[in-house]
Amino acid sequence: MIDTNFYSILTYNGGAIIAMKGKNCVAIAADRRFGIQAQTISSNFQKIHRMGPHLYLGLPGLATDSLTVLERLKFRLNLYELKENRNMNPKTFASMISNLLYEKRFGPYFVEPIVAGLDPETFEPFICNMDLIGCLNLPNDFVVGGTCSEQLYGMCEALFEPNLEADDLFETISQALVNACDRDAISGWGAIVHIIEKDNITTRTVKTRMD
Amino acid sequence: MSSILVPDIPAPGFSFDLCQRNSLLEKKGYPAPKAQKTGTTIVAIVYKDGVILGADTRATEGNIVADKLCSKIHYLADNMYCCGAGTAADTEATTNMISSQLELHRLNTNRVVPVVTAAKMLSQMLFRYQGHIGAALIVGGVDNAGPHVYCIYPHGSCDSLQYTTMGSGSLAAMSVFESQWRPNMSEEEGKELVADAIRAGVFNDLGSGSSVDLCVIRKGSVDYLRPYEMSCKKGEKQGTYRYKRGTTAVLQKSVRPIIIEDEMIQRVDHESMDTSS
Repeated sequence: MIDTNFYSILTYNGGAIIAMKGKNCVAIAADRRFGIQAQTISSNFQKIHRMGPHLYLGLPGLATDSLTVLERLKFRLNLYELKENRNMNPKTFASMISNLLYEKRFGPYFVEPIVAGLDPETFEPFICNMDLIGCLNLPNDFVVGGTCSEQLYGMCEALFEPNLEADDLFETISQALVNACDRDAISGWGAIVHIIEKDNITTRTVKTRMD
Repeated sequence: MSSILVPDIPAPGFSFDLCQRNSLLEKKGYPAPKAQKTGTTIVAIVYKDGVILGADTRATEGNIVADKLCSKIHYLADNMYCCGAGTAADTEATTNMISSQLELHRLNTNRVVPVVTAAKMLSQMLFRYQGHIGAALIVGGVDNAGPHVYCIYPHGSCDSLQYTTMGSGSLAAMSVFESQWRPNMSEEEGKELVADAIRAGVFNDLGSGSSVDLCVIRKGSVDYLRPYEMSCKKGEKQGTYRYKRGTTAVLQKSVRPIIIEDEMIQRVDHESMDTSS
């Protein structure tokens, strides 16, 4: 039995998200479990959302806040696109999320967003994550989030290589995610992987253990 | 166009909407999660021609290294920079906010903004929030009165100093300064001293690590050296753990092509600014 007193609210629903940079491409992947503590409710939950042609957003954390934050971001994004008549740059999108989260500095949403995308003009890969009050973190290899982030860090440090082709990046990110989730009781139950390239987005659902 | 959903002027300041819910959750046994911290070593000295700021590049979340190469020397204005320790989001947001106010101030007064202005703005803002904004800052810069270093604590106290350190590695770094700093050092000596102080933090404090960033500010020029030195190089991988293509079992695959149906480029001619009103 999971001791609720020990766990923070970020682990109430469980889940894991990961994003990696490749050669002219980025990948973002998530598990598909939606649960309430140890009880699994659903195994086709979407944690990654498409925000533009080349822009994807992962929202690990408390599911109720994930949905609220998603709605608020969509609203701000739509306003921006109406005003500017162009797609939002991932960097701009990241600082928009950061601002939204920092506004709630003293009563935060319990989400730690991950952004993956390509620059709409130059198609340069972009990944970032942030903590629950919007501190941006822009590394040039990989970002992880969710309940098994420690396992994911370990997998990524071992498996990641720079400049992977799209197909190799898929294998690397999937194996990192699947094996990390196997060591976390409240993540897993299927996985979904998006590979974002200039001309197309490839979405694969991956076979995993269902326990 | 103005409505309740999209006001013309958005509500200023922090929103406390979720505080009640979050404190209820805390009472039910779900403590608020920890934000990203920079258990840090940041330092600054005054040397012959200006100031040198230094920082390590580790960001931590509990005992996990969240970012190995984060940037802790923030831009304030062309003639001043600011090192931040403490809650990472706070140092980032605070320096951004003050930076934009300084730029407006510069445009209003049409002269180089004094470093003391930035230090006062920061300390007044932090005092207003009574230490709840966890930003420990070192402001360094050169203005018409010469080089200045200010040390600002999260509660809003502000000291003007010749050399100072902050963050969890401040004791290690200060021991270097106390034994080796002297007035009117040359730039090379100064850079090496600051790097030594950061190294003392990197190797003796668990909250600091990775590499050394420096920022040298002289009158009229700035050298932002990032990284100045990689203190801990990661060992190179001897083998590869690359999985063969096709290892991962795929249940379903879909490809969404990005089709550009039409591209329109609208040229905008340069117009002179309307200054009639």
